[in-house]
Amino acid sequence: MELSRRTFLKGTLAGGAGISLLGFDLTPVYAQTQSLKISRATETRSTCPYCAVSCGVIIYTLGDKAKNAIPQVVHVEGDPDHPINRGTLCPKGSSLEQDILNDRRLLKPQVRRPGGTDWEDISWEQAYTEIAQKVKKTRDDTFLEKDASGKTVNRCEGVAWTGGCTDTNEFNYLAVKTMRSLGVCYLENQARV
Amino acid sequence: MTDRKTLQTEKISGHSGPSPGLGMQRDFEVCKLVDTTTCIGCKACEVACVEWNDMPFGMTTFDNTYQTMPETRWNFWNLIKFNEHQREDGTIQWLMRKDQCMHCADPGCMAACPADGAIVKYTNGIVDFNQENCIGCEFCVSGCPFNIPRFNPGTKKVYKCTLCSDRVGEGLEPACIKACPTGCLKFGSKDDMKFIANERARQLKENFGMENAGVYDPQSVGGTHVIYVLHDATDPERYGGLPKNPTIPWSYTVWKWLFKPVLGAFALFGGLGVLMHYVSVGPRRPQPEPPEKEAANGNGD
Amino acid sequence: MTNGWIDIKNTDMMLIMGGNPAENHPCGFKWAIEAKLHRNAKTIVVDPRLTRTAANADMYVQIRAGSDIAFLGGVINYAIQNNRIAHEYLVNYTNAAFLIKDGFKLPEDGLYSGFDAEKKTYDKSTWNYEEGGDLTGKPPAPTPEGQNAPAGQGAQHSDTGKGLGYQAASPTGAKAGTGAPALPPNIAFDLSLQHPRCVFQLMKKQYERYTPEMVERITGIPQAEFLKAADLFTSVRKDGDMKKVATIIYAVGWTQHSFGTQIIRAAAMLQLLMGNVGRAGGGVNALRGHSNIQGATDMAGIFDILPGYLKMPNPNDVDLATYLKRATPTVSKPDPWDSFNYWSNTPKFTVSLLKAMYGAAATKDNDWAFNYLPKIDRNYSWVNIWNDMYEGKIKGIFAFGMNGVMIGPDSNKNIDALKKADWLVVCEIYPDETSEFWRAPGITADDQKKINTTVYRLPGAGFAEKDGTFVNSARWLQWKNAAVPPPGLARLDQEILATIFLKVRDLYKKEGGKFPDPVLNATFAYTTPYNPSLSEVAKELNGKALADITDPKTNITIKAGQQLPGFAWLKDDGTTSSGNWLYCGSWTEAGAMMQRRGTDDPSGLGIYPNWGWSWPMNRRVLYNRASCDGGGKPWDPQRRQVWWDEAKQSWVGSDVPDFKPDSAPKDHMGPFIMNPEGIGRLFVPLGAMADGPFPEYYEPIESPIANPLHPAQSSNPVVKKYKTDMDKYGTLDQGFNVVCTTYRLTEHYHYWTKNNPMNVQLVPEPFVEVPAELADRMGIRGGEKVRVTSARAHYIAKAMVTRRIRPMKIDGKETFQIGIPIHWGFRGISEDEDRTAKTLANQLTPTVIDPNAFTPEFKGFLVKIEKV
Repeated sequence: MELSRRTFLKGTLAGGAGISLLGFDLTPVYAQTQSLKISRATETRSTCPYCAVSCGVIIYTLGDKAKNAIPQVVHVEGDPDHPINRGTLCPKGSSLEQDILNDRRLLKPQVRRPGGTDWEDISWEQAYTEIAQKVKKTRDDTFLEKDASGKTVNRCEGVAWTGGCTDTNEFNYLAVKTMRSLGVCYLENQARV
Repeated sequence: MTDRKTLQTEKISGHSGPSPGLGMQRDFEVCKLVDTTTCIGCKACEVACVEWNDMPFGMTTFDNTYQTMPETRWNFWNLIKFNEHQREDGTIQWLMRKDQCMHCADPGCMAACPADGAIVKYTNGIVDFNQENCIGCEFCVSGCPFNIPRFNPGTKKVYKCTLCSDRVGEGLEPACIKACPTGCLKFGSKDDMKFIANERARQLKENFGMENAGVYDPQSVGGTHVIYVLHDATDPERYGGLPKNPTIPWSYTVWKWLFKPVLGAFALFGGLGVLMHYVSVGPRRPQPEPPEKEAANGNGD
Repeated sequence: MTNGWIDIKNTDMMLIMGGNPAENHPCGFKWAIEAKLHRNAKTIVVDPRLTRTAANADMYVQIRAGSDIAFLGGVINYAIQNNRIAHEYLVNYTNAAFLIKDGFKLPEDGLYSGFDAEKKTYDKSTWNYEEGGDLTGKPPAPTPEGQNAPAGQGAQHSDTGKGLGYQAASPTGAKAGTGAPALPPNIAFDLSLQHPRCVFQLMKKQYERYTPEMVERITGIPQAEFLKAADLFTSVRKDGDMKKVATIIYAVGWTQHSFGTQIIRAAAMLQLLMGNVGRAGGGVNALRGHSNIQGATDMAGIFDILPGYLKMPNPNDVDLATYLKRATPTVSKPDPWDSFNYWSNTPKFTVSLLKAMYGAAATKDNDWAFNYLPKIDRNYSWVNIWNDMYEGKIKGIFAFGMNGVMIGPDSNKNIDALKKADWLVVCEIYPDETSEFWRAPGITADDQKKINTTVYRLPGAGFAEKDGTFVNSARWLQWKNAAVPPPGLARLDQEILATIFLKVRDLYKKEGGKFPDPVLNATFAYTTPYNPSLSEVAKELNGKALADITDPKTNITIKAGQQLPGFAWLKDDGTTSSGNWLYCGSWTEAGAMMQRRGTDDPSGLGIYPNWGWSWPMNRRVLYNRASCDGGGKPWDPQRRQVWWDEAKQSWVGSDVPDFKPDSAPKDHMGPFIMNPEGIGRLFVPLGAMADGPFPEYYEPIESPIANPLHPAQSSNPVVKKYKTDMDKYGTLDQGFNVVCTTYRLTEHYHYWTKNNPMNVQLVPEPFVEVPAELADRMGIRGGEKVRVTSARAHYIAKAMVTRRIRPMKIDGKETFQIGIPIHWGFRGISEDEDRTAKTLANQLTPTVIDPNAFTPEFKGFLVKIEKV
């Protein structure tokens, strides 16, 4: 046994189990520290999606970005270079791995029909087509070009947009551009509440 | 030379003779500093520990406290203890203390352990359990003056904080240290940590009116590799039962060399092990009640 | 935040109130700890509960939820009475010396002048400055007499220039011809601050009523304790010494009231009074609670603005010129002073925005497509969405990462509103309460058959699957990278939105319809329009030249198609485009500034000028000109941010000066360049505030007492209640005798981490924090279930019995407060395991909104509590 060398758990499992059964020293494993699980993982710099401190996070994914390796998150840790969090994370940021690898994630488009008591699966294409038709119909039905005094208002009164707290700037801009172009006035965001 | 510098064992449980290879490398002692006066009880350390070690999630139940669970578990090595302490003027001081293995210089768990190599102490001060060699006798549980090691009935092994020996061995700080948002956790050499802790205690006395501020580094176990800065070092018990004068049960220190090999054999026959356990330390202590329960019942005023 | 997260380390004193940063912003709170460790800074926490922030404070003061203005007004009074004010700063950088019109009345009876009781609105014409120049009685003195201004600071004002320097683009003067009251171009002022109608004297008079005794009656804070807190906080300005600096830190504990904006105003006034704004370690710091609600606000994800805080057009803006006239402020100042009035550039920002949105379709001839934008004439804000949907006006709603049922207020009303909609499109990553409103607890299968709403639930992408920019609370833009692809059939949110829009556009192309022009002409010239690259969108936000443009001063030319280096280049003639003028400079020809990762901080102040990019123009501390005295020297030479360099005739420094760089101190330009006066507003003139130019204390809509200041006008006079059958408001007489507040825990994030097994393990179940004394009286023990009932609904959870919330004496009456964390709904790990009662905290909260910011009153409403 080379005691001064890091010994890997896997390599010594059998021997270790055998000796401890007897409780006496044959060739026990004395230094069993594992190899670092992130040592060859791919690092991606991101920003925590929770509060507005904006902690830098490093998302560690399995694989070296080779074409056939589908990245799987193995760990998330603070980015030590980030001037604000300097590698630290709160209990929510520290558990981001469980947010990414969550078995509660929604994985397919669904629809609940009028009077329905459960979800039905729907294809993306069908969902898009139906939604676009509904948006257009509602807009055409509720669009107000002039107000009572004849002034131009160009409002779509029947559609509302509520945007989330984790939408990026760029997404928010696309929402503003598209919704305002539809004439939407009921345009709100988590920022209000 | 192909050997990487790595953790070097200093002491090995149940091992006769010197630790192999000792003295081949220079090393320094590492230490965790926990400043309870800047801890915000956010539990980032709890999460970082579970996440780094990929431990399975367990069930918890609301228990009239912000504390995640009453005590650490085999799969939860690091727990903030929350305590509501009533000051003399009637106001409430809400104390938070990170509870975990103290990595004693003179570890009670190791003194109690009969299994060769189940517990090792590295020259850097980390006390690590090696489950491969653990025989599940739980002597370490009773030998620990801080109530830390936890038995997993599934694997019949005992677990506790490793001080992230895998990270430290690779040159990284432990996961809890890295996560800590306020920096109330620090990691470095024991000398540096002692210096920073004493400076902080001095600052608390001089600038924040905390006359009894001080450092917890109990010499009764030879000092620890986790040290605390406390607002009031005269009463560590109020921080969720931090013992004022932690000691290893005398039976282990006296009988250690006499009985250890025998005890190890006994442990194979569980019943006898339990008997010896009872003889050596008496019945298992009840878990101390978290003090905030008193408040919950309205006894406080 | 006027300042930034790291900057908190530079402070000497923190007042943390209406926020709980240790729990909700732990990694930002480290900088508060750093200030304690390295500057011996002191912390005062004022909160209804002894929170984890309070546990770390040097002083914790328990306050009744909602009574914050009484406390802050009391501190303002204390600071004035004890000369803990920054005199030179006050006279020169605020409107303290400005005279207010004769006829303006303070609210001794709870009402300012001009109240229309029927409409519940104010005629604000008396809330204005007097016109007329220097009334000090003599030429502006170097140092006004009778105050303890430190020696040596007077000389800087000996040469108060007259009308020198920069003239703003738009002409100085009142808005002639509009008929609406306007700010006078030449404000009357009294630099001795003695005139009875000067802002300082009015303010003094207003807050003299906020005596320690009155503070105690309203807030429940014993006088001695209040005085200790006021003394400690104002101690940084002892005898007017300007070296030290104090910060005020808040969050939604201040905004979520029917007078929320006025609480923040009161804090801003206190900070101006003490000369703490613009300085390292100072400021008024809103800690925003979500990763990109700052960006969402900048980008105008809310009804009343356009990107970059441009005003939303209204029907009276019959053309662009009319709109610009209304939206562009003109300079209003004391004649000898100067004012930059940065908003005078509004036309350039507006035309560049329209060019970004509508491209070639926006021409000079069609007013740059100004009429493509809807014109608003009423309140379309959050609570109104649900109210108007409940009343059948809204037929379809998008919810992209927004769980409106959980957010409330009055979640039951929101659920019933959704039942009346034709369609709901939800884009989410987890099953949420909004998408499943039709099977909320209590809705049977038979009931479900009667709900005709079609609900589409589209799986979007999580944060790790998307790139793009977040803006943090300190206004830093930071780009993040995608690490993994979306799981299953989930798609990127921008792909979902773009596809829906382009399909609608296709329908208009094919079928025609109502006013199709904006739908057909909105620019979508991205390389892959159905899945726009966010880098391309970010570049569009920055803006580019549409023709070759040349700066006449420097002769530098930017070629058509090139990214613009900053908003100073924007034009109102259609030769530039920019999706958001504030972000101009964020993605230039030099690259993506928000992707920078430079870790150098030469000043040591935590500025990190090369990390990410901060709007505006990478300034890290807003109003930083005010960190210097009149002569341009830093108040504290140890914390030098910017300063006047006489040799260079320019403002220079570690931070980007938030100022006109070549405006010499002798020109006396005001440091608050976004106000037409150039100064910080203690008094807010005219229309900016709906409910008063100073903050006055009003009771929450549901309150246990009548307002001791003016019982006949107890609550905010301009707040209107909603009128559907769902909108109910409780009173003490109805038995609602406990003050309730809602909040987050550090272990959870809103309605998101209830899906995360790690966070659920930390705090698995909902609970109600109950003071031990109240629990004793009600026979409630810790861990037992309680029912909390408001006028609207009930909420069931286990009791956390604690001594961290104590009974209070409010106006002499014993009053209890309880607290409810908001995190649990009817879909989540614990919920799906039937470990909760599946009631929602916001089923309890009232439909009441702040008249300025339209934020609901989630804090400080009335309930009763009983054992289940």
